[in-house]
Amino acid sequence: MSGIPHDHYEPKTRFEKWLHQRLPIVALMYDTLMIPTPKNLNWMWVWGIVLTFCLALQIVTGIVLAMHYTPHVDLAFASVEHIMRDVNYGHMLRYFHANGASLFFVAVYLHIFRGLYYGSYKSPREVTWIIGILIYLAMMATAFMGYVLPWGQMSFWGATVITGLFGAIPFVGDAIQTWLLGGPAVDNPTLNRFFSLHYLLPFIIAALVIVHIWAFHTTGNNNPTGVEVRRTSKEEAAKDTVPFWPYFVIKDFFALSFVLVVFFAIVAFMPNYLGHPDNYVEANPLATPAHIVPEWYFLPFYAILRAFTADVWVVQLANFITGGIIDAKFFGVLAMFGSILVMALAPWLDTSMVRSGRYRPMFKWWFWLLALDFLVLMWCGSQPPEGLVPALSLIGTSYWFFYFLILLPVLGVIEKPLPQPATIEEDFIAHYGHADGGATSAKPAE
Amino acid sequence: MMRKITATTLTVLALASGGAWAAGGEGHVEDVDFSFEGPFGVYDQIQLQRGLKVYTEVCSSCHGLKYVPIRTLSDEGGPALPEEQVRAYAQNFEVWDEELRDYRTATPNDHFPESANEQAPDLSLMAKARAGFHGPMGLGLNQLFKGMGGPEYIYSLLTGYTGEEKEVAGTVFYENTAFPGGWIAMAPPLYGEDVEFDDGHPNTLENEAEDVAAFLMWAAEPKMNARKRAGFVGVTFLIVLTVLLYLTNKQIWAPVKRAAARKSA
Repeated sequence: MSGIPHDHYEPKTRFEKWLHQRLPIVALMYDTLMIPTPKNLNWMWVWGIVLTFCLALQIVTGIVLAMHYTPHVDLAFASVEHIMRDVNYGHMLRYFHANGASLFFVAVYLHIFRGLYYGSYKSPREVTWIIGILIYLAMMATAFMGYVLPWGQMSFWGATVITGLFGAIPFVGDAIQTWLLGGPAVDNPTLNRFFSLHYLLPFIIAALVIVHIWAFHTTGNNNPTGVEVRRTSKEEAAKDTVPFWPYFVIKDFFALSFVLVVFFAIVAFMPNYLGHPDNYVEANPLATPAHIVPEWYFLPFYAILRAFTADVWVVQLANFITGGIIDAKFFGVLAMFGSILVMALAPWLDTSMVRSGRYRPMFKWWFWLLALDFLVLMWCGSQPPEGLVPALSLIGTSYWFFYFLILLPVLGVIEKPLPQPATIEEDFIAHYGHADGGATSAKPAE
Repeated sequence: MMRKITATTLTVLALASGGAWAAGGEGHVEDVDFSFEGPFGVYDQIQLQRGLKVYTEVCSSCHGLKYVPIRTLSDEGGPALPEEQVRAYAQNFEVWDEELRDYRTATPNDHFPESANEQAPDLSLMAKARAGFHGPMGLGLNQLFKGMGGPEYIYSLLTGYTGEEKEVAGTVFYENTAFPGGWIAMAPPLYGEDVEFDDGHPNTLENEAEDVAAFLMWAAEPKMNARKRAGFVGVTFLIVLTVLLYLTNKQIWAPVKRAAARKSA
């Protein structure tokens, strides 16, 4: 591994040497756990551990739930009630799993926005970023299919609307939609394949997570200054870093534990608050709910999807140029997937030489506007498309694309960055030099 | 920083439940103080028994509770009827037996029957399925802060009849201030003094509606007491763990931060 120079594992006993020659697994574990990590990581660097925990939680609870669940349109809803009423602690398992998805997305959004603010996507971490986007896409697919499994009203109608997006693709859309659903409409074949894929995808996510970690262990973590760790020698690197164990393992566990207090309270005291009440009504293909809404974590993208109605001039332009091939619906689908694509392309769209938003006086404001934009779009997605909502969705969507496609390239050229610290060590000392450092230094170690 | 996180969390929660709320319509929902609201609220066993009586004597003539096993009436944290009373109670119902290919008298191991009237929805989960009607601004804050949810909706529906009727295409609709759209096909089921409570509790319309709403909340969420107890244990344990990890973390980092302080001096 061409990472930051540090001490490597040396097999000592005869058994260790014997094993090391055949399978250097202890060395791999040692190097992973003792990886030099920038000293100055702040609390926004804890979401990775929360995400890892979420993946493990979802897989463990999911495996047990699958033991009691029946993927059949006539039995699925009742089998979920069986889990809630008859299975030992089944209600806790299910509420952990359902709210675990919400925690997963809270953490991933904070993780992504942290990357956007501190320029974690920039060279040489583009591959980490791209793998991350792939994980996020796989998470969305998994969550969406998982939501269909209880076979409530929103499961059924959500599945109908979302698979309908593929139907909007010109020429081949209907064929693709039929292929995805296993028939002309959402029915038993759909439920069966969604169950199968919902069980499969988390393991693909786990594999991608390993690659994600491998990639950033190769480049080293980014940090709040965006200044790289010195790599000229082990000694210099040690001034900028501390080993992951125990410093960041304990710090991350503390943060995780704090997050879990809130999470456990939500699971135990308000487990249905983030869910949709309509999903406690069994799916009925003959009764369309008054207003179909996806889960909260899809709302910003749902707002982007709905923003482009036939009366928006860009849609009319696209329609005119393509001779009617691109209609409003297909345009919305392109915009929704495009909004994630432009985020994936951030490493190449951002022209600034400075990585961290901390030293970018103009970028900073636009970034916080993007974060606000995300919340506004989330609210828009939850509302019926009436009154102010369509206009607000359109403005929000426009800003999303404006940020990635125009601002990121332009800001790098016109912005005058603030001076950055020369090293991570310098930043760390500046931070701990005066404040509480003086007080603690007076006390003995014990 | 903490305030920012709290504010953000609340905003996200509020936005999220906005999605939940938006699917309903609007109707006037009264806030009722139920015993089971809040993190420590539990079901009132006697109230559930009264609610069961209202359900049995009034609601069950049209509606069903097909996901609720009759035996759970004797469960802790529910109406907790004695087992022999549940056995006797089960005999009120006829259920379809797939093996006999015929109807037979129910036993505690059977579920409550399905709705007798096809137009009447099953009530097993109604208290959860109607949880998200409350604003303001589609933010679901009434649900978060006042604990307003499905039972409040059921109470408001049962007490929300104005007495007005209209006939549309052969069906009579009754005006109701809680029902989305304002007109409901269900005739007013309760008028007050519909049942005699065994404990001598006054049987006004409001009391009956409140009791049956509480009973239906239990039917939808029978394990709530156990869940909240688990939550109390879990949250306490996690807070202790968090404090210990905080202290460990502080201890581990102290030499590193001290070294930084020394260098700056």
